[in-house]
Amino acid sequence: MGKGAQRWLDLGFFRFQPSEMIKITTPAAIAWYFSEHALPPRWKELFIALLLVAIPTFLIAKQPDLGTAILIASSGTAVFFFAGISWRIMLSSVVSLIALTPVLWHFMHDYQRARVITFLNPESDPIGRGYHIIQSKIAIGSGGLYGKGWLESTQAKLDFLPERSTDFIFAVFAEEFGLLGCVSLLFLYLLITMRSLYIAVNAQDTFCRLLAGSLSVTFFVYVFVNIGMVIGILPVVGVPLPLISYGGTSMVTLLIGFGIVSLTTALTDLSSLYL
Amino acid sequence: MHRRFALKDIYSENRLFLSRIVIIFIVILLLMGAIIARLIYLQITGHEYYVSQANNNRIKISSLPPTRGIIYDRYGKVLADNIPSYSLELTPELIPDITETLTQLKHLLNLSEETLTQFKKQLTRHRSFDSIPLLLQMNDTTVARFAVVQHQFPGVDIHARLIRHYPYGKMAAHLVGYVGRINETELKTLSATRYKGTHSIGKTGIEKAYEEQLHGKPGHAEVETNAQLRPIRVIKSEAPIPGKNLHLTLDIELQNIAYQAFKNHNGAAVAIEIATGDVLSMLSHPGFDPNPFSSGISTKAYNLLQQSDRKPLFDRALKGQYPPGSTLKPFIALAGLQYALIQINTPLFCPGYYQLPNVSHRYRDWKIWGHGFVTLNDAIVQSCDVYFYDLARTLGIDRIHHFLSQFGFGQKTGIDLVGEKSGLLPSRNWKRQNKNLPWYPGETLITGIGQGFMQTTPLQLAVATATLANQGISIRPHLIKPATASEPKPMAEKINIDPAYLSDIINSMINVVHTPKGTAYKLSQNINFKIAGKTGTAQVFTVKQKEKYEAEKLKEKLLDHALFIAFAPANAPEIAVAVIVENGGHGGSTAAPIAKKIIAQYLKKASHHD
Repeated sequence: MGKGAQRWLDLGFFRFQPSEMIKITTPAAIAWYFSEHALPPRWKELFIALLLVAIPTFLIAKQPDLGTAILIASSGTAVFFFAGISWRIMLSSVVSLIALTPVLWHFMHDYQRARVITFLNPESDPIGRGYHIIQSKIAIGSGGLYGKGWLESTQAKLDFLPERSTDFIFAVFAEEFGLLGCVSLLFLYLLITMRSLYIAVNAQDTFCRLLAGSLSVTFFVYVFVNIGMVIGILPVVGVPLPLISYGGTSMVTLLIGFGIVSLTTALTDLSSLYL
Repeated sequence: MHRRFALKDIYSENRLFLSRIVIIFIVILLLMGAIIARLIYLQITGHEYYVSQANNNRIKISSLPPTRGIIYDRYGKVLADNIPSYSLELTPELIPDITETLTQLKHLLNLSEETLTQFKKQLTRHRSFDSIPLLLQMNDTTVARFAVVQHQFPGVDIHARLIRHYPYGKMAAHLVGYVGRINETELKTLSATRYKGTHSIGKTGIEKAYEEQLHGKPGHAEVETNAQLRPIRVIKSEAPIPGKNLHLTLDIELQNIAYQAFKNHNGAAVAIEIATGDVLSMLSHPGFDPNPFSSGISTKAYNLLQQSDRKPLFDRALKGQYPPGSTLKPFIALAGLQYALIQINTPLFCPGYYQLPNVSHRYRDWKIWGHGFVTLNDAIVQSCDVYFYDLARTLGIDRIHHFLSQFGFGQKTGIDLVGEKSGLLPSRNWKRQNKNLPWYPGETLITGIGQGFMQTTPLQLAVATATLANQGISIRPHLIKPATASEPKPMAEKINIDPAYLSDIINSMINVVHTPKGTAYKLSQNINFKIAGKTGTAQVFTVKQKEKYEAEKLKEKLLDHALFIAFAPANAPEIAVAVIVENGGHGGSTAAPIAKKIIAQYLKKASHHD
């Protein structure tokens, strides 16, 4: 894919994305840190935990892999939220984040900026960057209520739609299975998210609870960011559709995440493993 | 925070967590709702609109590739242009059974197995609605044969497209370079938008170095098509911007003179205009015809070129590295004068060999019985090796390295071409780093006569000669003049040399050509101007001690390389030339006449133009 990003580590037998593992280790680290202290966290703990999220997020955004950076940031934010930080802090950080937008813009790569511009006005570059979004909207819209049927996507078959087996697979799905198919798929995603949140509620100790909660939220962020970009309500960032997009180590990470969430039901006290 | 003791309160933590889960759950439901609302908007409200977009009226954006810039020589002669050519192209998505179609076409047009394999490779790389060329240069017969039955082959069309044409073919093949099909590695690094619809890219020479400017910018047309993807009308279009035309400093007539002069020899010749740094001629011989490359050269033809003993594809002028041999002597002599180690009139006795103190090895002179007493002038005119063995020893490798590097030896000249070699100017450091050995005194001696480790490219040698002729003001060669005159010129560096010494050396170089004892005396016949030059012979084959180098007995492959550097008119130099003839024997007899022809042609033309 190139595009200025250096995301892969070649291990000979397979290529591995180091940033993938961080999607799990970051929330785990913060969850452990918070669970060692009383909740809700105090200023000092908040500051240290913030660093734990900010450093990997910054490094990966610099790589540049905006999609993964967003996922890591949101998994960290989820732990903060579940740890119970006050509404006042949350509100003020949102406000300051908005204020920081111009600074963020300054640090973005040209291709990332182009994606944001394309998102705001896809028609501006119909042959190049806007092509993805225009074509995927046509694919989804022409699917209608019932869809064109399994393997009948003309957009994909006639090669109008790029990256149709990876990041833009939802467009093909929507064209072939229509609104009903999409709603069913969303419902399945909702079930998985609800089930893992339920597990988090029943977890016996703080660490398990925070980690499972955070991983559930991250799973949903995956779904939302991917579908959001394909249907044109979010800018194009490289996030796969979980359990459907073809290939990538992201699938491995995702399944590891499910494993960890399931593990918390089996253990009453996970912390006893390492204490 | 009013809690001073951070005791864990399990109960309140649980309650807090639960409330947060509930909030998250509500947020998730809201976001799901947003997605569904958007889907309803696209799939129900906008359904008809998008269906028409997708099915009835497909808008295809087709790219209009730009026309590649034309390359001219300095007098406006076309070196590379674009000519129409008919190609047979297949659009896979319109062909019901591609394997069947290919078999039929194979019989109809007598296609080779190779053409088919090539095409199948291309097939996997393109999208199915792209038009992929099967045959690139159809002759009239093939066009006619297919035209009759075209209606039986939906999705197969004859396209007229422009292909690159090089009118002078072999003559400037290395320098102008050629274009070829974009390969897989290039495809990955190229901007997909800029190269949409373009099938070829500059591979070597100017075509590669100036790809950016020659290529231009593609335009695009939004074409409305029906369900079978037949174009109905063009909605809007943006014309492509053709690539820039380039005017080289090369004089193709001069290049032709050089090309003809080489006859059957392998080698290279470079001619530079001293006042400007314009490269007038830069020839690597033998050449090759670049035209087949632009239309897709067959593997067989390519292998033939690649495996030829004479290495026609290799650009000797830019990448060939040869020992400079005795052509280095004027530079060494200049170093001797500048460091005040010799005086022009102090003679040295040459017995035909030279020995280092306490070493039995004899460093031979090319003249077995020796030159007798020689002054500096005699040493250059007759190319006495012993004189320079002695001078090199007193100079030492460090001073030799420093002095020669000022003339650009061992460094790239910075010419506007890709893949230039830097040659090799040896030093103590270099030997330590590359061979992990100390520098031996004997190596200094042979460096003094341009043998041993030392290597130069023909281009480098021409630049060094031009610098010498230019009173030591360094020259940066180019094939295209720097864009604007207003651009601040980089300060020309001037080498610190006493002008008096410089004129002594130049006088000796004139004597090489214009006095009977000179190694290139034959050149002085039938010319009405003065040439300053120096012959050189680079050893390919090491002569063992106590043996004699007998040219007749050696196979041509092992004959020495012949070199000649020159500039003219000697009193007010305009052109500098370096010629290398591989296995040409002695520089005076094979390389010098080529240089003379180039110089004569240039001066004749210059007087006509004035």
